[in-house]
Amino acid sequence: MAGAGGGNSDVQWCFSQVKGAIDDDVAEADIISTVEFNHSGELLATGDKGGRVVIFQQEPETKNQPQCRGEYNVYSTFQSHEPEFDYLKSLEIEEKINKIRWLPQKNAAQFLLSTNDKTIKLWKISERDKRPEGYNLKEEDGRYRDLNTVTTLRVPVFRPMDLMVEASPRRVFANAHTYHINSISVNSDCETYLSADDLRINLWNLEINDRSFNIVDIKPANMEELTEVITAAEFHPNQCNTFVYSSSKGTIRLCDMRASALCDQHAKQFEEPEDPNNRSFFSEIISSISDVKFSHSGRYMMTRDYLSVKIWDLNMESRPVETYQVHEYLRSKLCSLYENDCIFDKFECCWNGNDSVVMTGSYNNFFRMFDRGYRQDVTLEASRENSKPRSVLKPRKVSTGGKRKKDEISVDSLDFNKKILHTAWHPLDNIIAVATTNNLYIFQEKLN
Amino acid sequence: MYANEMEDKVVSPEKAEEAKLKARYPNLGAKPGGSDLLRKRLQKGPKYFDSGDYNMAKAKMKNKQLPSAPTEKAEITGGHIPTPQDLPQRKTSIVASKLAG
Repeated sequence: MAGAGGGNSDVQWCFSQVKGAIDDDVAEADIISTVEFNHSGELLATGDKGGRVVIFQQEPETKNQPQCRGEYNVYSTFQSHEPEFDYLKSLEIEEKINKIRWLPQKNAAQFLLSTNDKTIKLWKISERDKRPEGYNLKEEDGRYRDLNTVTTLRVPVFRPMDLMVEASPRRVFANAHTYHINSISVNSDCETYLSADDLRINLWNLEINDRSFNIVDIKPANMEELTEVITAAEFHPNQCNTFVYSSSKGTIRLCDMRASALCDQHAKQFEEPEDPNNRSFFSEIISSISDVKFSHSGRYMMTRDYLSVKIWDLNMESRPVETYQVHEYLRSKLCSLYENDCIFDKFECCWNGNDSVVMTGSYNNFFRMFDRGYRQDVTLEASRENSKPRSVLKPRKVSTGGKRKKDEISVDSLDFNKKILHTAWHPLDNIIAVATTNNLYIFQEKLN
Repeated sequence: MYANEMEDKVVSPEKAEEAKLKARYPNLGAKPGGSDLLRKRLQKGPKYFDSGDYNMAKAKMKNKQLPSAPTEKAEITGGHIPTPQDLPQRKTSIVASKLAG
């Protein structure tokens, strides 16, 4: 089968666009650190290590090209965060954007939350396509007219102008995190959101930036006793009282904010029992969960650890209902992956719009899709070699045994510097955004 | 008895990798996921020269030899005297993202 997606096993993926510089010499600031579609899929935001946000907007579909959906073009770009310095600890605070989360749209403007290690900001992105002209007292360039020359009264009128998109910071939520923020999540109530760092989770009101409530605190009294950290957190998509957080030990805790103000006692704990015979030095490291995402339905959640993606039914804590191996062939390379720090890479994962397919990244600019219904998976590659417009992506295969077939790539030839950590799936259509180190690829389903 | 012997012969790939790692780094701690790794994670980020740290370290080292340059994975804490090699590169000035180009 050529592809996997949308519950239909015949989906084929085509190259649509690629954004970013072609040259191999990557400036650190250009490393993409987060990718997120908004709730309608019309806007696609990226954040990078240089603290910049770039937002792309999908062009409306035209009659000229019915075989593909609209392209994404730059809509707005701004500097969200700047490098800061913590004088007390002599530590630099990176401007890298760790996460972007869109708010559901309520009026003409769009809002998003962006965060670095310490500070969350609410940005308003608004359009201006009209401007007032014909002021009574001002010239067109803004200078005030000499009052002696004003003899008549005229009222300014709004005339169309070239579209201008403005981004302005509306709130800055600072000084609430001692440790590094790894997640933000907007509540379904659209009034609150959570921010999580390595040891604590805080609850904010979007309107109030000088106060937040601490809802989870796993910091031990004695730091020598530290055994696990929080790796990701997310609100339930429609139950505003429920959120989950994952840990470096491979557990997920579900909390109910109605139970108590401080949710240190979890309502549910999801953990897959480990076979004690198989325990090794690497077991805990590779079980660390790098991402957790609820399904759109709210019935399931997905976790990503180093080698696999797991789907959990919220009604069953004892083990996941589905497990997908992303790159099991790396299990026999763990020693070198530990030495080059790759074992600590934090891969994200995402669901398609109807929760039938899940996607995650791997090395060598490969990314994987798992079709839950058809029990099929596919490996695709984001590379400039496959970047002819509308060219269909060919499935890739990593050879694990001794014999390498033609077109397969051996494990030792994989480029571990080419990692796909961030991927996003359009909420409604089969359009995906895949970030390599410094390029953003957009792929679309082949339409006939 | 016989079944157990058979199992012992089949070493999981993970355990084989663990043996490789222990052979290369015999001093690796027994609790890998524990405090050391986590604390290193909590402390991520480049640390700059701090005159307070520097003087405290010098005071501690008064009767001992100065430590040699650390290996890459060392934590930079108050006990470590920073050298010019440890200081991070100066940041480049802020320019527009190439994604928007």
